[in-house]
Amino acid sequence: MAEYLIKNGFVFDPVLGIKGDKADVAIKDGKIVETTAVKSPQVIDASGKTVMAGGVDIHAHVAGPKVNVGRNFRPEDKLFGYKPKNGIERMQGGFSVPTTIRTGYNYARMGYTTVMEAAMPPLYARHTHEEMRDTPILDQGAYPVFGNNWFVLEYLKNHEIENTAAYIAWLLRATKGYAVKVVNPGGTEAWAWGLNCENVHDPVPYFDITPAQIIKGLIEANEYLGLPHSMHMHANNLGNPGNYTTTLDSFKLSEGIKPNSKFGRDQVMHHTHVQFHSYGGDSWANVESKAKEIMDYVNSHDNITIDMGQVTLDETTTMTADGPFEHHLTELNHLKWANADVELETGSGVVPYVYSPSIKVCAIQWCIGLELALLAKDPMRIFITTDHPNAGPFIRYPRVMKWLMSTEAREQQFDAFKHKDKVIEATNLAGLDRELDLYEIAQMTRAGPAKSLGLAHMYGGLAPGLEADVAVYDFNPNEPYAPDDIEKAFLNAEHLFKTGVQVIRDHNIASNGNKRTLWVNAKVNENPQVMRDVKEKFLRYYTVTLNNYEVTGHYLPNPYVIEVDATE
Amino acid sequence: MTKTVTDVICPFCGTLCDDLEVVVSDDGKELHEVYNACAIGAEKFLHSQAKDRITRPRMRQEDGSWKEISYDEAIEYTARMLTEAKKPLMYGWSSTNCEAQAVGSEIGEAVGAVMDNTATVCHGTSLIAVQDIGIPSCTLGEVKNRADRILFWGCNPAHAHPRHMSRYSIFPRGFFTGKGHTGRKVIVVDPRPTDTASVADVHLQIEQGRDYELLNALRVAFKGEQLPDVVAGIPKEKIYEVAETLKSGRFAIIFFGMGVTQSLGKNHNIDEAIAVTRDLNEYTKAAIMPMRGHYNVTGSGQVWGWLFGFPYAVDLSRGFARYNPGETTSNDLLRRDEVDAVFVLGSDPGAHFPFSSVKKIYDRPSVAIDPHETPTTEVCKVHVPVAFVGVEIGGCAYRMDNVPIETRKVVEPPEGMMTDEEFLKRVLARVKEIQGV
Repeated sequence: MAEYLIKNGFVFDPVLGIKGDKADVAIKDGKIVETTAVKSPQVIDASGKTVMAGGVDIHAHVAGPKVNVGRNFRPEDKLFGYKPKNGIERMQGGFSVPTTIRTGYNYARMGYTTVMEAAMPPLYARHTHEEMRDTPILDQGAYPVFGNNWFVLEYLKNHEIENTAAYIAWLLRATKGYAVKVVNPGGTEAWAWGLNCENVHDPVPYFDITPAQIIKGLIEANEYLGLPHSMHMHANNLGNPGNYTTTLDSFKLSEGIKPNSKFGRDQVMHHTHVQFHSYGGDSWANVESKAKEIMDYVNSHDNITIDMGQVTLDETTTMTADGPFEHHLTELNHLKWANADVELETGSGVVPYVYSPSIKVCAIQWCIGLELALLAKDPMRIFITTDHPNAGPFIRYPRVMKWLMSTEAREQQFDAFKHKDKVIEATNLAGLDRELDLYEIAQMTRAGPAKSLGLAHMYGGLAPGLEADVAVYDFNPNEPYAPDDIEKAFLNAEHLFKTGVQVIRDHNIASNGNKRTLWVNAKVNENPQVMRDVKEKFLRYYTVTLNNYEVTGHYLPNPYVIEVDATE
Repeated sequence: MTKTVTDVICPFCGTLCDDLEVVVSDDGKELHEVYNACAIGAEKFLHSQAKDRITRPRMRQEDGSWKEISYDEAIEYTARMLTEAKKPLMYGWSSTNCEAQAVGSEIGEAVGAVMDNTATVCHGTSLIAVQDIGIPSCTLGEVKNRADRILFWGCNPAHAHPRHMSRYSIFPRGFFTGKGHTGRKVIVVDPRPTDTASVADVHLQIEQGRDYELLNALRVAFKGEQLPDVVAGIPKEKIYEVAETLKSGRFAIIFFGMGVTQSLGKNHNIDEAIAVTRDLNEYTKAAIMPMRGHYNVTGSGQVWGWLFGFPYAVDLSRGFARYNPGETTSNDLLRRDEVDAVFVLGSDPGAHFPFSSVKKIYDRPSVAIDPHETPTTEVCKVHVPVAFVGVEIGGCAYRMDNVPIETRKVVEPPEGMMTDEEFLKRVLARVKEIQGV
């Protein structure tokens, strides 16, 4: 493989602790190496430019059945956004739900190289893997959903942690999944009857278990196995005024549980898109920010990581395994609604949504997301996401960076709100003058998510031995710049290396890369009870046979397996 | 000696049964028996064993006779035809696996083709309706385990999806449906007294072409508002009764077919049927599902969805993907003389398109890729026989509820026969050579 030396860039790397100093980065055999280890490298002159590790997205809906529902049922999302094929670049389309080809290219253009699909319905795992296979460049993994799974509900009703863990290990292998995802625990099962679980003590119909039992049990099972990532949580009661108490109740379920993982993470719960879970008030008329209360908790409990779910004020497509929420949303905005309940496992819904700066609630949501990040004491535990495409499409990450890095940019946005005064009154953002620097941005988009995922040994930094995922941006942090310069530069990386392959050269796609699919193979002791339960459920209740369930072979042309041994 | 292959997937209809058992010879070259399949499915497997099966490509001669050609010659003809055409139509894609669909899409992208599948004369109208109003749906297992109100509208699974009723909808005993069919109320809406209607609790024998009215009347009845004495030939008392039956269920499901998608009103019928389902969710839980025909028409819509963003009628001729049903749909293109070559794979437009369209195929350079001799192969210039997907080669297929299942290879194809995917990969390579990229 070619050797590269990226010279004289301003490097921001939390792993090495470099805060914008000039440094060289060397690449050999797909890895970062000491600069002395390269013999005759191609030299990339990065003087006057910013150099970071490739970005890591911990939570985005980019592949799988509901994403494709979003594509197929929104032809309007493609309008005016087509891009013809050009050399090795294949044709692209879509804005909030781009085609897989565009997904890969757009992430690469932002300097991102690893993206985790946030919710994979196990029965649809093949579909998710087919889409990831057709997403160029990126390393990807997918989180199967567990929070409404009948096996999990039945085992955890009696707090059977070992059985739950054995089932998790089996399902991760069957679906080639990466982590334990939980979406509206119990609520989506209730939605199969048109109901919901609105707080952590609201029992699940028939199964006689509470969301609290599911959450706590899955955290414990996750730590029993010692998986790379922690349990990945989307709590009950998303998107409702006054829901911050449910969020805090969910957080508290992690108290007293210590991480048991050799992958270097410190948290036992990652709570995603917290913006949607930080609302006060009791109606849309008096909804207000509770970001401070939420961040007081997060800042003082280091066994939790979160991501933002920042509203970007765009027209977008919401999609989640939180089936009842999407029904609630279509009743609010009266736009088209797709729903797909999945036997024994989960459900999902898709509804388009317009986050308008002229609507007070949307502007309040925008403030809350930014407050979460600006109130963060430890940027290694709060990550930039838009819960793509729920709060906005991922191509707005550079815009989110701009808002976080510049009070001027935030003031511009405040001035564009129709209900500016009311919005300021309901939120804390106007009183925050913190401006994040690029080092903190690198923590929130690289080192932090990589560590939380248990992938700090591969991604998130520029230390020798890590994967050679390196982005060079045409941005000089030491020269004066306007807020929009940040967005422009980080939307359009000048160079990008993925596992040592130059995929972007002079702002152009130079290679479709060598994408890998990450999955976790957890070994557990033989568990005849769980295997008997699996056989019985397939025989009696599933509509596919057990032998036709497991995802194998060509669905993962380039797998990267992370082995976990939980037999000791 | 023989061996039995279990958990075999049936590559016939969108029901995609995956519990077949197939008995094959020890060397895997002959297929003897098929168990658990319906009559149509079993025939599909057995037909692969036909002694008179065509195993080599053929080219039509001046005098109308066939001449056997090699696969290389067929690949050359196909690649030349596609690259030389200004706007070729690449139609079908519903009876093949997703792997072949993906390669075909790449060819379409390279040559600027219009990609269309059988939805264009089938559930395309449903796809348009979904773009209007969305679709609350579920997997078939949800129906099996929960549904106690089953409504078949303009479809006749007893003949078109023969195992649907026993596997998923009327008869199975699921987790919350331990009483099987006795715990379910079955309603059939159909102008004909079909075999499906004969097992229903209620058959609404609607006047032909009045589906929209009756669907709309149901929505009125849900709200308890006034109806005229008779709507679409059904007395209002009956409509109120059916509305109450649906509302009083724990989980209602509507299955619909060609009777509503291709009759008067087309996509507007489906809009209204989906609106009925949405309304029902105010009172109980309800879902709706199209009865997709070919075993992998759903998959082609999925593949094009993630590659191009549209489920059918995808025009790639401008270098990017455009979608405009009525303009970019196969029959409209053919009848307006807007395509100058026709490539057909995994479908039989010769049997299902209007004669005016079929004549246009006959008039153009054309290739049909199909294991069978069909009316389409009869009008095409070149016929390329291939291995049966799901019998002689595996690959992914999507069930009518979008659940992807990997089909199985159970028997060897006749010696030297190519698969869809192999043929397409060779064509793609040749297209790239010709284009010099």
